[in-house]
Amino acid sequence: MTFERIPGVAATARRGWFAAHKFLLLRRLSQLGFLALFLTGPWFGLWIAKGTLASSLTLNVLPLTDPLVALQSLLARHVPEARMLTGAAIVLIAYLLLGGRTFCSWVCPINPVTDLAGYLRRRFVEGKGLILKPATRYWGLGGVLLASAVTGSIAYEVINPVTTFWRDLVFGGVAGLVMAAMIFLFDLFVAKNGFCGHLCPVGAFYGLIGAKTVLRVSARGRENCDDCLDCFAVCPEPLVIAPALRGKDSPVIRSGACTACGRCADVCSEHIFVYATRFDRRVESPLKTESQNG
Amino acid sequence: MAAGANMTRRGLLRDAARGAAVTGLCSAGFFGLVQQSRALAPNFLRPPGALAEADFLAACLRCGLCVRACPYDILKLADFVGAAANGTPYFVARKIPCEMCEDIPCAKACPSGALDHALENIDDARMGVAVITSRETCLNLQGLRCDVCHRVCPLSGKAITLEDRHNARTGKHAIFEPVVHADACTGCGKCEKACVLEEAAIKVLPLALANGKIAAHYRLGWEEKKKAGHELVPGIGGLPVRRPEGAP
Repeated sequence: MTFERIPGVAATARRGWFAAHKFLLLRRLSQLGFLALFLTGPWFGLWIAKGTLASSLTLNVLPLTDPLVALQSLLARHVPEARMLTGAAIVLIAYLLLGGRTFCSWVCPINPVTDLAGYLRRRFVEGKGLILKPATRYWGLGGVLLASAVTGSIAYEVINPVTTFWRDLVFGGVAGLVMAAMIFLFDLFVAKNGFCGHLCPVGAFYGLIGAKTVLRVSARGRENCDDCLDCFAVCPEPLVIAPALRGKDSPVIRSGACTACGRCADVCSEHIFVYATRFDRRVESPLKTESQNG
Repeated sequence: MAAGANMTRRGLLRDAARGAAVTGLCSAGFFGLVQQSRALAPNFLRPPGALAEADFLAACLRCGLCVRACPYDILKLADFVGAAANGTPYFVARKIPCEMCEDIPCAKACPSGALDHALENIDDARMGVAVITSRETCLNLQGLRCDVCHRVCPLSGKAITLEDRHNARTGKHAIFEPVVHADACTGCGKCEKACVLEEAAIKVLPLALANGKIAAHYRLGWEEKKKAGHELVPGIGGLPVRRPEGAP
């Protein structure tokens, strides 16, 4: 789907460039920031976080483990050290509070790759491309877990582009770069939001956490909506917006698929979307916009 | 999940069948990939304390914390195209062998126990076992005095000994044959690294490749005798005395 209207232009005109790119910039800073924590060690000898996204140790005290990797290890019938379980529990609790797929949009190194592919696709690629069901990823996740149990081995880490790409960035290597390039081409030419939105088992797993998480995006100002569709155009999971924006019920985007990336809040010229808790049912209109502030 | 899905019974059944098919297919695909990833190149050695390869692949999170903990920068993480499962740690003895740190920092750093924390004495590590793979080129076995593998061995005299025997070629010299004792060899790879030949005549092999195994039904008479505390079949040990007729 190509849009005559370029999403974000209206918001930029009304609210200024920075306000219309606030969360995008913050997300890029966050992604680079997490990477920097792992790179200061090998680059400058200043060790903050060691390891990879699969498992890490920060400042020699804080163990973190990706709960999906840990779950696969348990299904493969490994009896782990306590540190692995502690690390997985900390990550699990963190994302139960801070929005499950916030991992995808604020941490994951593949996100800038697929964001770029999505941006270029909106601009230059005609047509809908391959249609995948959004639920495909959950079956893929099932396949990963089943394979771990059957083989007695952590199955997805054999080809997981998320952890492999991160490992390449931190330890060196090429496999992850090749995978990232393949995903980029897939998202650009084959399927819209193809990988993150339809295939990635890591995203699917965090999506399951996201179904119960506290931090969410709310269409609090939905009464101001002028039906410009900019939010739908930029959203990597457009299905999640409608119930909150068009519904009569809670304005909170409850679907776990929402990555809480905040792009909808950025591109909305009416400043409808805000970060909120999942229990926040406030619908306020009109919202104070930055332009009114300034 | 998709809103407004077909909620009729037929629709649900169809979706479930499709889902099961996709799950099965994914799982089968991963099964193949995992099986392939089990192939570990024989010169790729796991860090000290590593569980047996099958268990290791269930436990290793591929985080690289062991790599970071190694003070000698010996460990590497396998790349997708490498000869070990993607992201798992290894070292190649001929390039850089294990320095056998007394405090075993790599194993301690492992968050999952893929490197067993129960390993307390590095001399108990079994990263592999050294084998003289080329008797034809080993200088000591030609009757020369190289001895390098014996001298660099951290457990010299226990893991590698020099056994002297007659040199049949010269008729008057000795051959000092390096002999590896698997019960003491840690597989650190110092010998392979130090071997002066262009291609090492002594190599550290993974235990699974190097070790033999006696069949479970096989009994060693002397061991059984020791266990029982007496001969199992009394009187069988003697042989008939054969001497010429009439001799005393």
